[in-house]
Amino acid sequence: MRITCPICGERDRREFYYQGAAMARPSEDAGAEAFHDYVHLRDNPAGVTRDLWYHEGGCGAWIVVERNTLTHEILSTELAEAASLGDAS
Amino acid sequence: MAELIAKSACDGLLPLSIGSVTVTEEVPEHLTGLAPFKGQAEALSAAMQATHGAAFPAPNRATGKAGSRAVWFGREMALLVGPAPDATLARHAALTDQSDAWAVARVEGDKAEDVLARLVPLDLRPEVFKRGHAARTQLQHLTVSINRLNDGAFQIMAFRSMAATLVHDLKTAMEAVAARG
Repeated sequence: MRITCPICGERDRREFYYQGAAMARPSEDAGAEAFHDYVHLRDNPAGVTRDLWYHEGGCGAWIVVERNTLTHEILSTELAEAASLGDAS
Repeated sequence: MAELIAKSACDGLLPLSIGSVTVTEEVPEHLTGLAPFKGQAEALSAAMQATHGAAFPAPNRATGKAGSRAVWFGREMALLVGPAPDATLARHAALTDQSDAWAVARVEGDKAEDVLARLVPLDLRPEVFKRGHAARTQLQHLTVSINRLNDGAFQIMAFRSMAATLVHDLKTAMEAVAARG
């Protein structure tokens, strides 16, 4: 599997560390239910999913990777800071 | 005061020559991390060019020449290799003295690319990884910086505490490549 780091270019998967689903954090006043979803509940899609990966063996960037769990295709990558994950409100 | 004897990172490990590949240790006088302050990247680059003849490198590149080089070292970070940093750089960037923190090895020879192909998940052939190219990547499980110097040799930097592992991994691959003739 090859992942394209927005900074370094296409690199081998072994340079990257997998974090988990790329979820937008709820706003502060979203309530307990929204935070329960955010912390604990995950989809397990057979198809396109969005994850956070860390380029630990390279430049150190956090990257949102859109990939297909059925075909192992990497569909797109972008820097996490550009992906508006901070606040869903 | 006790008389302390400074040892280089690869003391007792290098030089090493197997087959057509040679690894020697380089001991740059200074290694300085440069992390530009917000909005200061261009001013820092101009100051680096004026004082050290090496502009701030783009990702995957190095600038300058032997004895005074700036190597891209990660996100919004560069490593000044050689000279002590000019005081004016501190106006535009956070400077970190890393002089004793890295083991620096120089790898050269006809089959240097073949040796590194066994260790590094990057295409390092000369038509792809050219002079002045630099990369942060992995050598086996070590986090390293790899550069192709202006004379065509590779410069590999690993954490000083990993110097023995770096040399061991290089040696194993050099022996395997040499055994193939």
